[in-house]
Amino acid sequence: MHSFGYRANALITLGVTVLALMCAMASLSDNLNFPTPSAQVQVLNVNWFQKQRNGNEEVSLTLNISADLQSLFTWNTKQVFVFLAAEYETPKNSLNQVSLWDGIIPSKEHAKFLIHATNKYRFIDQGSNLQGKEFNLTLHWHVMPKTGKMFADKIVMTGYRLPEEYR
Amino acid sequence: MEWIRESVDSIKSIQFRQTLSQAVNLGLILTSALIIWKGLICITGSESPVVVVLSESMEPGFQRGDILFLHMSKDPIRAGEIIVFNVDGHDIPIVHRVIKVHERQDTGEVYILTKGDNNHEDDRVLYAQGQHWLQRHHVMGRAVGFLPYVGWMTIIMTEKPVIKYIIIGALGLLVITSKD
Repeated sequence: MHSFGYRANALITLGVTVLALMCAMASLSDNLNFPTPSAQVQVLNVNWFQKQRNGNEEVSLTLNISADLQSLFTWNTKQVFVFLAAEYETPKNSLNQVSLWDGIIPSKEHAKFLIHATNKYRFIDQGSNLQGKEFNLTLHWHVMPKTGKMFADKIVMTGYRLPEEYR
Repeated sequence: MEWIRESVDSIKSIQFRQTLSQAVNLGLILTSALIIWKGLICITGSESPVVVVLSESMEPGFQRGDILFLHMSKDPIRAGEIIVFNVDGHDIPIVHRVIKVHERQDTGEVYILTKGDNNHEDDRVLYAQGQHWLQRHHVMGRAVGFLPYVGWMTIIMTEKPVIKYIIIGALGLLVITSKD
């Protein structure tokens, strides 16, 4: 009844239960945080705009991305993954999401940033629908917790337009 | 003489009952584990609701040995989500992030491109030859939750099978020898 194995078993069971409870509470406590992030993106330049040999159009942009995501961080936040996507509709596709830039924010101190960059991933359309195309730039973020549920949200910025001519 | 035989009989019956109850206990443990696993499959809609991260391609978000909880719903797949997918000709599913999505107007079919956060290149090199996009049927689920370190046990067991047999043997011995 009071053998070593029995006591060890009881101790481990209690330990695991307490750990699981603490993880669950840490994850639940994220729900109490109401973040107020902000973001601004400018398209500074269209570096070039061409049609590939296979008929798909590709464009290269220079972007100014500034954002303040400090309020996303809680004590259970391991990192925030943030990315900027161009989103538009074409006759063939009801939604096109093309990631242009992304980054990993490891801590709250780095969550307020201003970045000047050309697109990190290629902005290629499925087809040739980009001339004069109006598109949205959306800043998405995915909060990765130390443990528990992951969160995601976004800020949509509208009113960007690609040029009519190739360059 | 009589009382000796009686007591031997009673000891025998006790042992029989004990082994029976041990067998039932063991069966209960195994079946409840099976029920939990199958129940999770039903709730999450994913054929493998829990996966262990095996590679470093999603560092520092997910490290080797972390456990991911998957969910497979009808919701459309969007850029930024972390999905688990199977590539034709590969046995081991891959956990990576979606960076491009093209969704057809008429059929609703999606074309997805993924990339590991810690990789420099996108995943076209991992896909089958000539494959440029993932489609819905490649996707096994999306990661919704995360628990660190718990998966190390499975990694150790798959990489060092000896340890697996030692643990199974020790547990079996414990079950056989333990007395209430």
